[in-house]
Parts: sequence; structure tokens; C-alpha cells
Amino acid sequence: MSTLFPLQIHEAVTRRHGKTLVGPVSMTLDGRGVCVIIGPNGSGKTSFLRLLHGTARLHSGSILWSCSTEEARRRQSFVFQHPVMLRRSVLENLLYPMLIRGFRGKAAQAQAEAWAERTGLQDTLQRPASVLSGGEQQKLAIARALVTKPDVVFLDEPCASLDGRATREIETILTEIKAQGTGLVLSTHDMGQARRLAETAVFLLRGRVHETGNAAAFFNRPKTKAAQAFLNGDIVE
Amino acid sequence: MVELWDGLAQAFWLVVTADSELVEIALRSLQVTLTALLVACLIAMPLAALLAVSRFRLRRVVIATLNALMGLPPVVVGLIVYVILSRSGPLGVLALLFTPTAMIIAQVIIVVPLIASIAHQSLRDLWQEYHDLLISMNVTQTQKMQTLLWDARRALLTATLAGFGRAIGEVGAIMIVGGNIDNATRVLTTAIALETGKGEFALALALGFVLIALTLLVNLCIHWLGKTEREGRW
Repeated sequence: MSTLFPLQIHEAVTRRHGKTLVGPVSMTLDGRGVCVIIGPNGSGKTSFLRLLHGTARLHSGSILWSCSTEEARRRQSFVFQHPVMLRRSVLENLLYPMLIRGFRGKAAQAQAEAWAERTGLQDTLQRPASVLSGGEQQKLAIARALVTKPDVVFLDEPCASLDGRATREIETILTEIKAQGTGLVLSTHDMGQARRLAETAVFLLRGRVHETGNAAAFFNRPKTKAAQAFLNGDIVE
Repeated sequence: MVELWDGLAQAFWLVVTADSELVEIALRSLQVTLTALLVACLIAMPLAALLAVSRFRLRRVVIATLNALMGLPPVVVGLIVYVILSRSGPLGVLALLFTPTAMIIAQVIIVVPLIASIAHQSLRDLWQEYHDLLISMNVTQTQKMQTLLWDARRALLTATLAGFGRAIGEVGAIMIVGGNIDNATRVLTTAIALETGKGEFALALALGFVLIALTLLVNLCIHWLGKTEREGRW
């Protein structure tokens, strides 16, 4: 099986209703470890993630995976800021991504149960997903995204509006899957989380990549004034 | 008022004695209506799902037309089906006029827009909820439709029940295409119309009460089979 990365983005632009949300952006992602996308509100973090994932339309430029686009789409998944729960039980939610790929039976069931166990949802398998708490729903969304063993997972502010305990549990899961070689591209508002998880940092401002590089270097010695101001907690627009 | 009580008493008596003619008419009513409902659902549900998930040029026109056809006058449908199935009509060779099949065809035409419109509203709302997730999962168009139809099944039950209510109470179209022939195409509604015309109000009311009871029974059965209100919040 060919590798997905590096992901080469060249002059990529996405627009909505005539307004440019992201771009032009040019950069290369190597897919190793955790890439954290940060930036102020409205800087285009969600749109950038969707653009990379292929669910936002690319109006100009190119986004090239190291394999075909179809294969790349099959080998990645997305976790939304507000988890979308299918109107099914927790178990059926976990089975769904496998079902649509024609993978069913006892092996699929075992895999779904293993992920439920890993995310602490083993006691809720038969309950409707909609009755779970916010933290549980987000854990289910992450488990559902991982059950097909993707090579890369895009996470759009996965811990927004969650309490500290749920955030810690989710970060533990993310750290585990990263250790197993799954690439993570994650957007966050939480600078603490960004510092804890990031290996590569991408600072977005007004839809453009303002600064990118090694996370430790970025957080300790940002190169641009805007990034410095953002990290200092100043209002950056 | 006396006729109402007479009707109730006669209905009770007809049911208790399992009057053979009543049983035959009631069973034919159910057979025609449930068959028409099944066929209508097989057409309307996928159509509603397709309209929810796909975007094509005339989509809005199709939706507006379906909504408009919800108020389709049954007598006009009956007349058109009659003309098509009559001996000189384009499908006259099939000899379907004055048969239960003709009644089923008319009922299908009447209830498809109703079921499709109500189902489309539910599926459209669910599609808005699921859109981003299913797109991100790279789900095919057919899988999207299947997912929506399955996950909205309880809401679709409402559409089905609305279709059943419209079909079982229908009289104008099936009177024209069925002819209300004894032992062949007579159903509860046409029998009620006939008995009322003859001045047999008590018997007509009795048949009416049986029709109401039958409708309630089928509704309850469908609710029970669909496990509505029994599986928490979905």
C-alpha cells in the first residue's frame, strides 16, 4: 500500500458565497505525529481542515496526496467540532463506517467492541448515541473515525466545550493512536492543548498560513509579530 | 341520534356474528389498501430520499409538484384511470377495469404524492443533520439514501400512516374504477356509499364504525411493529 504523505498544497483556495475562506495556501505536510492548526476566530481553521479532507471545494490551486485522491479519501477520516451522531445505538454507530465499506460480521463487531472498550464506552453499546453526554459523544465520534484504521484523522476542535476530564481522556486516546502511527491534523483554540499535543504547528491568519514549523520552536520563538501577539493572548485579527 | 345507536348496535352485532359479507368486504378493503400502500411506499420512499440527497436542475419543480399533488382530487384520478383502463383506452387490453387491481392503481396514484411529500420533509431535515458526516465518510449516493431511510424509519411511519388513512377512506376513485361490484370490488367505503344511497343509514353507520375500528387497529399494529416511542430518543 502506498503512503499518503507528503501532502503537497500549492496555492490552494476555497471560497464560499464569493468570499475567500482560505488561501492561497502553499505548504507541505509530512503527516508525522500531530499537526496542530491554530489561529484566531474566523481565521479559516475549519475550512482549511475541510479543504485538506476534501469536503470543501478547491476553487484554485492543488492539493496532492502521494496516492490517488480516491485512495486518500478512503484512508482518512474527520471528527467534527459538534459530533454528528447517527440515530442508532452506540454499537451501530461504530459499525457504520465498516458497513459502508462492506466489512461486516463477527470481525466487524469485535473491532467495534474493541474501540468501545478503548474509549470507555463498553457499557453504553446498546444505548442510543443521542443520549450520551457531550464528552461521550465526542469519544464515540473519535472511535467511529478510527474504527476503519485510517492513516490520518482530521479533528476540528475535538475538545471544544468539553470539561477538563473529558478533554484529558480524549487527549490520551489521541496520544495512543499517534503512537501507533496514525497521523493527526487537529485544529484547536486551546493553547494548552496545542502545546501538549503539537509536533508541527500551523498558524492561520485571515485564511492564510502565517507561520508554520516545529511546534516547540513556534511556541518558544515565534517568528512573526502576529504569532507572538496571538501566543501572548492579544487580540489578533 | 337513534340511527347512531342503531348503527353502533348493528356494527357490534355484525362483528360479533362475524357476518360473512362484512368480513369479505373488510378483508377486501384491507387487501386493496395495504397492497396500494406497499406499492406506494416502494415508489414514494426512494423518491423522497433521492430528492433529499441529490441536487439536479428540476429538483425544486419536482418537490413543488409533489406537494401540489397531495391535494389531487380522487374523483379526477379515478376518471383518468378509468379512461386509461377502459376498453378503448391505451391499457384496455389488460382488462383491469372493475377489478381490485384497478382500485389499487388509483389508490397508488392518490397516495404516492402524499407519502413522498411527508417523507421528503423528514428526510430533508435528517440530511441536513447528516450531510457533513456522510460526505466526510465518502458514502455513495445509494448508501446515503439507505442510511436516511433506515434512520428516519419512525418518521417515515407517520408518512405511511397518513397514506394508509387517505387510501382506506377513499371512495370516489375506487367507485369509478372498481364499480362497487358485489363479491368482486365492493369495499367498506363503497358499501357505505351504497347503503346510504338506499336509505339504510343504520347499516351504513355500522359499516362506518367497522371502518373506523379497522383503521385504528391497523394504526396501532403499525405503531407496535415500528416500536414507536419504545426505544428512547433517536
